[in-house]
Amino acid sequence: MLVHLRRSLVMATICMVLFGFVYAFAGTGVAQLLFRSQANGSVGANGSLLIGQNWSSPNWFHGRPDDTGPYAADPAKGTSGGDNPLKANGVSGESGATNLGPRSAALLADTKQLVAYWHKLGVNPTPDLVTTSASGYDPDISPQDALVQVPMVARATGIAPTRLRTLISAQTHGPQFGFLGSSYINVLQLNEALARLR
Amino acid sequence: MSFFFTLLALVVALGFTWRYLGSYMASVFEGRVHFLGRLERPIYRLLATSPEHEQTWKRYAGALVIFSAVSMFFTYVVLRLQGSLPLNPQHLGSLNPALAFNTSVSFVTNTNWQNYGGETTMSYFSQMGALTVQQFVTPAVGIAVAIVVVRGFSRRNSQTVGNFWVDITRCLLYILLPAAFLFGIIFVAQGAVQTLAGTVSFHDALNNVTQTMARGPIAFMEAIKQLGTNGGGFLNANSGTTLENPTGLTNFLSIYLLLAIPVALTYTFGKMVGSIRHGIALLSVMTLLFGVWVGFTSFAEHQNNPAVAAAGVHSTVGNTEGKEVRFGDTSSALFAVASTSTSTGSADASYDSFTPIGGLGLMSGMMIGEVSPGGTGSGLYTLLIYAILAVFIGGLMIGRTPEYLGKKIQAREVKLAGLGALIMPITVLIVTALAVSIAAGRAGPLNGGPHGFSEILYGLTSQGNNNGSAFGGLSGNTPFYNVVGAIDMLLGRFAIMIPVLALGGALAQKSAVPESLGTFRTDNGMFVGLTIGVILIIGGLTFFPAISLGPIVEQLSHVRFF
Repeated sequence: MLVHLRRSLVMATICMVLFGFVYAFAGTGVAQLLFRSQANGSVGANGSLLIGQNWSSPNWFHGRPDDTGPYAADPAKGTSGGDNPLKANGVSGESGATNLGPRSAALLADTKQLVAYWHKLGVNPTPDLVTTSASGYDPDISPQDALVQVPMVARATGIAPTRLRTLISAQTHGPQFGFLGSSYINVLQLNEALARLR
Repeated sequence: MSFFFTLLALVVALGFTWRYLGSYMASVFEGRVHFLGRLERPIYRLLATSPEHEQTWKRYAGALVIFSAVSMFFTYVVLRLQGSLPLNPQHLGSLNPALAFNTSVSFVTNTNWQNYGGETTMSYFSQMGALTVQQFVTPAVGIAVAIVVVRGFSRRNSQTVGNFWVDITRCLLYILLPAAFLFGIIFVAQGAVQTLAGTVSFHDALNNVTQTMARGPIAFMEAIKQLGTNGGGFLNANSGTTLENPTGLTNFLSIYLLLAIPVALTYTFGKMVGSIRHGIALLSVMTLLFGVWVGFTSFAEHQNNPAVAAAGVHSTVGNTEGKEVRFGDTSSALFAVASTSTSTGSADASYDSFTPIGGLGLMSGMMIGEVSPGGTGSGLYTLLIYAILAVFIGGLMIGRTPEYLGKKIQAREVKLAGLGALIMPITVLIVTALAVSIAAGRAGPLNGGPHGFSEILYGLTSQGNNNGSAFGGLSGNTPFYNVVGAIDMLLGRFAIMIPVLALGGALAQKSAVPESLGTFRTDNGMFVGLTIGVILIIGGLTFFPAISLGPIVEQLSHVRFF
């Protein structure tokens, strides 16, 4: 009994040092040496490629509605909305989904509100554009999600729809190795390319 | 089509892993691997033990229980003192006693149920020094228990079953550490975050958005989180976030990693007992169950979300609510089944927003005891319990004394196996009944109607199986759920492990009976079918009434919303 206790204390200490700290520090060292930009969060001039942002103006392509309409941040109520990796425009939050069930009346009402929101912008929304993501800050949309927004962006910016469609296909990342995951477009990259087009 | 190739790649990768990791693990536990001897030997010296000092099953179990209690104490102390410890760039405070208790139980039982939001609760010190440590240690403990049962079959007339300290040290150094480190590097290369530099803020001049992003030592925790079938991520939204799981490749590797060891252990079993065919029989049970579960869950997720369809948006890309664009519907479903059929419980999508049948697929993967392929170690030993019950039932049917691998299965073994199979359903159903009977339990769910009941049932099934995934709408950080959940997790881990160790000890003491013409074959298709039958009948009979009140009612309530 006592010998078990003594060995347990020794082993727990060894594990904490070796598998807690040495492992994480060595990993951080290797990561910072070999893949500095990725390890630090893929941060560029306008933000991180890992985190969705709230694009509310019709001048830009919008991301998933994590921070839109019924899911928008409301500082008065203290709700953070999505697109919130810790703090967004001064409101605190964290990653997370809405967790609304498949027969949730709230989800039905929210989705109807989002459909109306898109119709007002002249967009016929795809499923991704009326549903929220797992992380609450999905930085990506599918090519189809971008294509349905072309009329909105073309009207607001005056850029020809054909040029926007070329831009979208240039920004599309196919599934990795041709079969892993789905085709996607990073909304920040797409809008940065759009800004260069103007 | 690309989903077909994803499955094909997974089968090929796991096939090689089964063969080569499986035989490598047998070498590790038989003491033939020494490349980290310079680290291994000093550990034995500090512990004042050595591979030659073998333990009886009782001493083995004693060491395991006391080590787990000490680990729990270490974890609890770190979480309670977090506010005064270093490596805390966000200046997060200490956890309250109930949450620290629940979390330490959760990580020491390999559950990784999270009643806290990672990035807003845990300092880097806690993530590394309390949580990641247990993500290494608990799979090693689980695998050690499985190896004891394997030795029960491979040894003859033996009073001892191995040395607990040696088994976990070897597992940690030669299996978990090298693999986790290698995959950690791949995760970073793909874009997962790994830094100690604290949060980062940025301003986007294009849309005038300012954001602050949580960062941390994420990627390397991710690797051991999946490899050890742990599931507790650095961030609240787990593998759904780009910071943990940035690409289609990392998503695939996550699925591969969490299946790798549980699958390969069947080869280890076959090799150590001297009959690869018996390993193949167990692998077949796992694969058939897993295949069926992936089939109907990914089919269910490829359908419309009922609420979104009712709002007038019809989908050709499946149920997108709570899923990430870069993974898509079927890959998210595959991840979810892999995660709930092992004891991982990590999530790249919101399981709460799965269709009713999709959610049932996840819940039922846990309800059948997590054997397809189950957690690291726990999958193999739970499956061996069912195999023993199948042998017993088969023996009754043909009127012979049942034997498995030359060991007579007698009253004591059947009692221990029965205990091991029934503790989980009894615990889960009792605590679920308790939760729906009292106000503190009913206050938990976010959703109404049958889905609210599903949230409670799912949460307590997950903790009772040491899975750790959740229908995330359940508010678990309350005194009631923190305490009841902790009891659920402790029983689900140790009340099964101890009878299993006793079973290993009892089997090791037996001599072998030579095989004869009348021996009931335990390495053919008939036995695979019988074992699957036992698993489905036990799981189905115990849980069918409960699931019919949750996901089944929900699926059948057309045009109603709650």
